[in-house]
Amino acid sequence: MSFLEICRQLLPGMGITLQIFFITLLFSIPLGLAIAIGRMSRFKIVSWIFRLYIDIMRGTPLMLQLLVVYFGPYYMFGINISSSYRGIAVMIAFSINYAAYFAEIYRAGINSIDKGQWEAAYILGYNKVQTFAKIILPQMKKRIIPPMTNEMVTLVKDTSLAFSIAYAEMFTEAKRIASAQTSMMPFVAAALFYFSFNAIISLLSNKVEKKLSYYD
Amino acid sequence: MAVLEMKHLKKDFDNTPVLKDINLTVNEGEVVSIIGPSGSGKTTLLRCATLLEKMDDGSLQYLDDTIAKSVNGKSVYENKKALRKATSYYGLVFQNFNLFPHYSVLKNITEAPILTQKRDKNEVNEQAMSLLSKMGLEDKADAFPGQLSGGQKQRVSIARALCMNPKILFFDEPTSALDPELTLEILAVIKKLAATNMTMVIVTHEMLFAKEVSDRMIFMDQGVVVEETTPENMFHSDNKRTQEFLGKYTDLL
Ligand SMILES: Nc1ncnc2c1ncn2[C@@H]1O[C@H](COP(=O)(O)OP(=O)(O)OP(=O)(O)O)[C@@H](O)[C@H]1O
Ligand SMILES: [Mg+2]
Repeated sequence: MSFLEICRQLLPGMGITLQIFFITLLFSIPLGLAIAIGRMSRFKIVSWIFRLYIDIMRGTPLMLQLLVVYFGPYYMFGINISSSYRGIAVMIAFSINYAAYFAEIYRAGINSIDKGQWEAAYILGYNKVQTFAKIILPQMKKRIIPPMTNEMVTLVKDTSLAFSIAYAEMFTEAKRIASAQTSMMPFVAAALFYFSFNAIISLLSNKVEKKLSYYD
Repeated sequence: MAVLEMKHLKKDFDNTPVLKDINLTVNEGEVVSIIGPSGSGKTTLLRCATLLEKMDDGSLQYLDDTIAKSVNGKSVYENKKALRKATSYYGLVFQNFNLFPHYSVLKNITEAPILTQKRDKNEVNEQAMSLLSKMGLEDKADAFPGQLSGGQKQRVSIARALCMNPKILFFDEPTSALDPELTLEILAVIKKLAATNMTMVIVTHEMLFAKEVSDRMIFMDQGVVVEETTPENMFHSDNKRTQEFLGKYTDLL
């Protein structure tokens, strides 16, 4: 099989990998913010619960979380899982896992903004939501771009974990073709794909960071 | 008429009293300066007056609005909405400016009046531009704070506070982050404001300036008001602590 043919066969899998990537971001970016806010709550119990959540998500393997989300409904409640649940399980597991990482990045970002910014806004009559949306968030955005980029690069690579529940993303397909053809080429194609995808992410992130630096 | 009235203010930090039974009344059009050694509680007093810090005991009132009253030895504050409204009575100029770095100079000044006071955009813009030109900064409207000198930043932050039309303006060492030349620049601005009858409370280490600009001076030490009198009397005080503190300055006068 030619290299080009291998790439062609991997194409649908790449689509699914991209889908995992973008859907995970779509859910985990806002979810992470909610978790960060919960984590910073001045109510001790609330902040403790969110902290526990973050610690569990970051302290256990994503693959394990994936298996729990996928098999959990059957093992725990005897619900029959259809194969269409695979994709959903992947998105859920990835989103709740990455949300925990993003939450910690947001929290660090919020804490990195000088307290004086909150105080100046308070004196000028901004309420908390206005202060966050207008004063804190725009300044924080720029600072969280580098750590967010790191996470996204990791996410691209982590999408390959979906093979553990046989979800037909690109890596699962590459493995299948490789063993059918006893060839390294599918892996080379996969590596190229991950590498180029991450190169694009880094490039875009640099662009965005520059754009957000308009004020200094 | 009293714009600000604080009575029997007490404030502890970690069970250490920082303010012990402070009374502060500021009448309309008055300029009051607060002097005192480092750690005497000047900043804490301003922070209590501007609601950045809550008093442990004591009452706080702006004009006819009671913000907090003392009940059984504890300050009881009004609800959130009332506190929010109270912020419209005063402005605060910080030592380190606290401008919003991602906004242009003009937006730093205009956003709050438009957003939080729901005022007309054109009217606010006009007022902001007129304030900027009074501060000699009309050509900086589109600049970002990061492109300004310390003195220019402080002038912007004064303009930002003034654009809210406060009844009283607090300054916490507005010049101590500035070099001597820029300090003079800011002091001149504050003197001009005093001439317009702006009600002001100024915490400062600039004794000559305080003497010149104030109607009344307050000397604080270790959380108490040691002396409160006219600048003239303050600099000829019989009080030993006042003399000690002002000693190094009186030679200059
Ligand atoms: N947030 C805080 N937590 C604990 N202690 C504090 C806090 N803020 C101030 N203090 C303490 O309260 C005392 C008074 O501080 P404050 O900042 O009001 O003094 P100041 O008169 O403004 O001094 P300076 O002239 O140096 O600005 C100091 O002993 C200070 O260490
Ligand atoms: Mg101070």
